Amino acid sequence: MREHAPVLMVVVPLFGAVLAALVRRPGPAFAVALACGFAVAALAIDLAVAVSAGGPISYRLGGWAPDVGIEYRVDALNVPILLLLGVTAAVATVYARRSVASELPVGRVAWFYALYLLCLTGLIGIALTNDAFNAFVFLEISSLATYAMIALGRDRRALVAAYQYLIIGTIGATFYVIGVGFLFLATGTLNLSLIAERLGEAEAARAVVTGLAFVLVGIAMKVALFPLHLWLPNAYAYAPSFATVFLGATATKVAVYLLFRYVFSVFGAAFVFEALPTGALLIALSLAAAFGASTVAIFQSDVKRLLAYSSVGQIGYATLGLALGNAAGLTGGLVHLLNHAMMKGAAFMAVGAVVFRLGTCRLEAFAGLGRAMPATMAALTVAGLGLIGVPGTAGFVSKWYLIKGALEAGMPWLALLIVASSILALLYVGRLVELIWLRPRPADAAPVAEAPLELLLPTLALAAATIWFGLDTRFTAGLAQAATVGLFGGAR
Amino acid sequence: MIEAVSPALPLLLGAALAVLLRGRARDAVSVAAAVAALGLVLLLPDREGGRIGWLGFRLVTVAVDPAARLFGAAFAIAALAGIVHALAQRNPLERAAALLYAGAALGIVFAGDLVTFTIFFELLAVGSTLVVWSGGRRAAALRYAAVHAFAGALLIAGAAAASAGGVTTFAAVAEAGPLARGLLLAGLLVNAGAFPFSFWVADAYPKASWSGAVFLSAFTTKAAVYGLIRLFPGESALVVFGAATVVYGAIYALNTRDLRALLSYSIVGQVGIMLMAVGTGSALALAAAALHAFAHVVYKAMMMMAAGGLVDAQGRTPLGAIGPFRRSMPVTALVLAIGALALSGLPLTAGFVSKSALSAALGKEGAAFAWFLLTASSAATFLYAVCRPLLLIETGAAARPLADPSPSRLAPMVLLAALTLAIGFVPAALLGRIPGTGAIAVLTPDHIVFQLAVLAAAALVLLLARAVILPGAATLHDIDSLWRTPLWRVVARWLGRPVATYGRARAGVVAVLRNALAGLERQHGPQGALGRNWPTGSMALSAAILLGATLLLAYI
Repeated sequence: MREHAPVLMVVVPLFGAVLAALVRRPGPAFAVALACGFAVAALAIDLAVAVSAGGPISYRLGGWAPDVGIEYRVDALNVPILLLLGVTAAVATVYARRSVASELPVGRVAWFYALYLLCLTGLIGIALTNDAFNAFVFLEISSLATYAMIALGRDRRALVAAYQYLIIGTIGATFYVIGVGFLFLATGTLNLSLIAERLGEAEAARAVVTGLAFVLVGIAMKVALFPLHLWLPNAYAYAPSFATVFLGATATKVAVYLLFRYVFSVFGAAFVFEALPTGALLIALSLAAAFGASTVAIFQSDVKRLLAYSSVGQIGYATLGLALGNAAGLTGGLVHLLNHAMMKGAAFMAVGAVVFRLGTCRLEAFAGLGRAMPATMAALTVAGLGLIGVPGTAGFVSKWYLIKGALEAGMPWLALLIVASSILALLYVGRLVELIWLRPRPADAAPVAEAPLELLLPTLALAAATIWFGLDTRFTAGLAQAATVGLFGGAR
Repeated sequence: MIEAVSPALPLLLGAALAVLLRGRARDAVSVAAAVAALGLVLLLPDREGGRIGWLGFRLVTVAVDPAARLFGAAFAIAALAGIVHALAQRNPLERAAALLYAGAALGIVFAGDLVTFTIFFELLAVGSTLVVWSGGRRAAALRYAAVHAFAGALLIAGAAAASAGGVTTFAAVAEAGPLARGLLLAGLLVNAGAFPFSFWVADAYPKASWSGAVFLSAFTTKAAVYGLIRLFPGESALVVFGAATVVYGAIYALNTRDLRALLSYSIVGQVGIMLMAVGTGSALALAAAALHAFAHVVYKAMMMMAAGGLVDAQGRTPLGAIGPFRRSMPVTALVLAIGALALSGLPLTAGFVSKSALSAALGKEGAAFAWFLLTASSAATFLYAVCRPLLLIETGAAARPLADPSPSRLAPMVLLAALTLAIGFVPAALLGRIPGTGAIAVLTPDHIVFQLAVLAAAALVLLLARAVILPGAATLHDIDSLWRTPLWRVVARWLGRPVATYGRARAGVVAVLRNALAGLERQHGPQGALGRNWPTGSMALSAAILLGATLLLAYI
């Protein structure tokens, strides 16, 4: 049984999705989603333990050899992502019931859970598979589910947002699959490890470079790398709150993981950074994200949009770590995926709780909320401090490694820019904090109660994790360092 | 097991709980935290413990030696007394802030490496700023925050530069380059309130609440002195800074007309003496500096409590108006008197013990200049703390009926006063616990006669020059007036041009800044190029452009 854990991680939410669609009623559908969430978390932890004890696990679907069939592979690089997905699924699903029930008509709740589980299936599949085309299939599964989830948002603008994301996501997926086609032409295999092995002896260097460009740009659209991020703010702002929480914590992270996988284990850092001006381009775009998108966040009047733009900026840090290409930079980029998932998860959950109580997440609705919803707002504040990168929060740890990476790469100006970009985060978080804690509640505002426990506990858990992993870095940084060692040690 | 628990820990936990709890539970937790911290300070064995790995650093959170224990005891006593004294304080933020502040101070004292030390200094800045903030004077709190953010940045930069080689022990500082040492020294001097960075002490402390000022008077400046003992023993620049600080403190304390401002300036002056001793650098001088810090924390905390009682009763503390309270608030008056005498170093008080130790240490080192300033400062202290207030007292009716504060506020005052006298009567009890000072004989006739002669001479000076000394300055200008009066106005006056020209110039600068901000908003705001919604087609186009550019660059 235990040796089937890799495939179970995909199969459980997949069948859960079918089951949720079949039961049709909100209550049982939620129960299915909750069970799947915890099952996935348990499986992820089990896989993490197995990998740390016995090294990479290779799972052959149907027993076919990797050059013919599909191989799932669990190694140090995707263990953090699987843990991220599993734990987020477990924690976020607890949050889901009240939030979803308050934002969706009863008839659609079960469908929504089915879509959510499909999306989870797709994301887990991308993280697990070692097959280029299979990754495309999972990419499409998660994307299609995401489009529909976004379209279920209450706001009518959700439809336009979903449509835009559909177009952009499809273009991205198409680019990706074209790139995979080139790679298949050059190497005759779809297995990522085998592609990596055969790239060295491939004669058609031109096809490989073209394939690389298509794959990278295709994934970059899913990553929401600046300037391909334009779909993200609307999609996050108008989707149901729970969808925003889940997607904000996981979706772009998985895409960044795929980028890491292609750059370091398939093409190899030497090839990517030498054949293409990827390093310089990626650094420029990451900085543009960290500065441009964060500045836009300062001027937002909708808190979900503010946090969405902040996500675009924060993703810039993860890709910056990748672009640095040295051990500290990679560790920083990877650990930022985990840390940002905690911080942004907590932040979106807190905002979702405000939507639950007030029905809006306009900036002015937050005035004086610190007195009415102290625990929720405390969690939002902690998450905000993490986004700034205040020492003692998880955000500091990632920036620490990134700055270290920049210094090791001989780019002290980059280290200064990383610090300078934190000031922008200070501005948009400061605006929120000032509003929440220092402004009085408007006299005519209706009384607000603290968020219900079902919403509050997951929010506080993630906020506590933001502080915990800011102080005790052994676990998160250890995972990221193990992954980095794996990437540089040539373990594929 | 116990050797791994930093005394900072119970206080920091208490701070977290104080945020969550209310009423009696919060009071109980706060007091328990302070008691636990004091217990740990006294019980911890003399060695290192509490090692933690963080971001690749080896942090040592518990390192105990006699100096750490002495400072730790002073801080823990001040924390406990301050918390009990503040039980009547209704402001919930101040309690949590004070616990955080006290925890950070103890964390600094027991830090065993540079990183831990720096982290706790940053926490200290946060805690103390929140304490000032809870006093309700927001502008003063922001000024305080700005100064300490600056000092914190200096410390972090210095610590980073000193540990660039990967060694984060205190010993690394001695071998560090001039840049690292300069940054660390500057950061600590700002925190110590050394001249010319003394202005923030008397700006912020009198504006804290009646209970908050007690914590402020105890921790920040003395934590910085402790840091200087650890990192810069024998640094000769400290003698110069210390001397300037002593002179500054005496002059401003002699000119102020407010009791709490007087106490603040007096803190600065006494810290100046400690700086001179640290700069002298012999083992005896360092021990004497630590001893003086201990004594000073004890009697200054109790004087701040007494002054707090007056603020609370009258709403203000001008020196002249403390007359009416002598009969109606007898305990407060007595505590204030004992404090003033201890501050002047009168025999049979704690101040005399520590000043004797300082005098012996500086005399033995042949540091004549420092010894002379120490003596002069004793005289000046007697003038501003005892003589001037006595002569300024107005007899008259109080604005409001006065009475000593409640027992929870009186008890800590009285106990600290008793401690001040106990140390004065039995100096050996304290001196025997500090290596190197046990041999100092304090209550010898020559010491006593000399100190009394100095004080008598000071009184004589006052009688001769009372017309100059008594009134004090109407407004006290400090270094910070340089930037607190708008600079352009000063420049205008200096150049003799009409102010209006500069007003226009300033308006021009403001307009340029406004335009830049508007431009930023045009670009990044909801309607700006980066912030607005784009049609789907242009998103696809940007993807195509990026792909095209990548491919093009690949083939060039």
